Amino acid sequence: MIQLQELEFSIAEKAILRNLSITIEEGKFIGIIGPNGSGKTTMLKMIYRHLKQTSGSVTLHEKEIWDISPKKLAQQMAVVSQESPVLFDFTVKDLVMMGRTPYKKWLSSDNVEDFKIVEECMALSNVEHLANRTFVHLSGGEKKRVMLARALAQKAKILVLDEPTNHLDIEHQLHLMDLVKDLPITIITALHDLNLAAAYCDEVVVMKDGTLYEQGTPTQVFTEQIMWDVFRVHVGVSKNPFTNKLHLFFYTQQSNS
Amino acid sequence: MKNRNFYVWLVILFIILLCSAVGGIMVGSVGITPALIIEVLLYKLGIISSTDASNAQQIIIMELRVPRVLLAMIVGASLAICGAAIQALVKNSIADPYILGVSSGASVGATSVILLGAFSFLGVYALSFAAFLGAIVAVSIVFLLAHIGGRTSMIRLLLSGVAISMVLSALTNFMLMMSKEQGGIQAVMHWMLGSLGGAKWNNIGIPAVVFVIVFTLLTLSYRQLNALLLGTETAATLGINIERFRIFIIIIVSLLTGVVVAVSGSIGFVGLIVPHIARMLVGSNYKVVLPLSALLGAIFIVWADMGARIAIAPEEMPIGIITALCGSPFFIWMLRRQRYAFGEGE
Repeated sequence: MIQLQELEFSIAEKAILRNLSITIEEGKFIGIIGPNGSGKTTMLKMIYRHLKQTSGSVTLHEKEIWDISPKKLAQQMAVVSQESPVLFDFTVKDLVMMGRTPYKKWLSSDNVEDFKIVEECMALSNVEHLANRTFVHLSGGEKKRVMLARALAQKAKILVLDEPTNHLDIEHQLHLMDLVKDLPITIITALHDLNLAAAYCDEVVVMKDGTLYEQGTPTQVFTEQIMWDVFRVHVGVSKNPFTNKLHLFFYTQQSNS
Repeated sequence: MKNRNFYVWLVILFIILLCSAVGGIMVGSVGITPALIIEVLLYKLGIISSTDASNAQQIIIMELRVPRVLLAMIVGASLAICGAAIQALVKNSIADPYILGVSSGASVGATSVILLGAFSFLGVYALSFAAFLGAIVAVSIVFLLAHIGGRTSMIRLLLSGVAISMVLSALTNFMLMMSKEQGGIQAVMHWMLGSLGGAKWNNIGIPAVVFVIVFTLLTLSYRQLNALLLGTETAATLGINIERFRIFIIIIVSLLTGVVVAVSGSIGFVGLIVPHIARMLVGSNYKVVLPLSALLGAIFIVWADMGARIAIAPEEMPIGIITALCGSPFFIWMLRRQRYAFGEGE
């Protein structure tokens, strides 16, 4: 269970996050949505301890995350951030193997189990066929999937994703969401595509102006009123006739006339 | 695929290194045959009981050439692995071991010994001591400048390295300008361009030991070095204590570079280009980049030193001129190749 309590974060006096309190239950698929600049990425960075809050606390299983050793935290939480500037060329296999780093001591070498996990994770994110290719020569979508395989190889109970479907074509977007949805672990992901959030999330966290606006199931959150307040667009809520999942139609006054 | 390449290259380069070493012992004002070298080595090791080699030949081999070739190997290997580590640390492909101010700091130390007679109470060790001290002081200042609020910013580290290097070079140049001693000025120039002429059994011990320690520590940290190339954010999520690891790398790399520069002057280019050659051969995994860089660096400097001894014999050419003259065209050739991107993503 992850708890954010009265989290505040400011850079040079400017508040980026304010009075943010969220509780994330174990095993849930949590989507974070909100307009640009609403603090989604900043909040995620605070959860995976890249940034330190100005005040308030982030706890994992009731323990302050800054008190957990980097290694222990990496065994419990894997991250696919938006950052993927890899310098020099690594093979995909080597990169996925890096996911095993948190389990390695100074002298330990990669063992049979590590190789098995790497194979599994490459298969899961559908990059096995790229195993010996060099990372820099892959397409944006392939890179994303490799980074996901790397995170999966950490075998963590919590997976944090920041806009994982960016740069992916529709097939790989849905494939990635299906794959992540099937994992028996806690998923915390920032999403831009509200329809993906509506279709896949157990719970949605809506952020606005650096603080929590609403948290609830997709049906509770994706309402005409909330979408208007947060995103300034009109929404028609319906169902996807093929999947029976929630589907949203967006429009503005202008397109209506 | 790349891993198998690695072992092939390891064997090939090891053989080349051995042959180069023999070549390095042969070349010089007194010609020596490979057979004679082996004979003298076996004789000295007590495996054979007599030798046809004259006393003079024995001295040339054992007291001059062998230590010199060994020093060349140590210096080359050290600068190459330091370069590789620094490139991962600052995540920048133009970084070399001197980027943190080591060479300019060492130059100030060496110049003040040669021109001003500083540390004269240390006798023959004054030069090495002052150079090492200068290097370490320079790196410490650079590091402290880049260390703000408990974090070390890599871009600040690079830029303060540049700034401090400029200040220290100015200091060296000032001392050179004010000096009236022509001989001293020449000695400083020679030192700054690097030379292995001072190699003796008693001054290769420290560099050798420090090299072995630092090489071992870096190789054991290959996972962390790899992770740094993914970016600090990702590296941290892989459980690496970034701040602590960076300081650790800065310390061991500066120590080895400082020790090496103290005995051989600041030989340029090796630390920059050798890691790139290694990556071109076997990819970027530091598990394989480090040993290959060490071998390639060692070979490069053994050859460069041979060149330094032959080029304008009986005079000796500063080795830095050779490394730059031979290294640059090769580097330019690499730049023009499409297959190696110098870490530039797309």
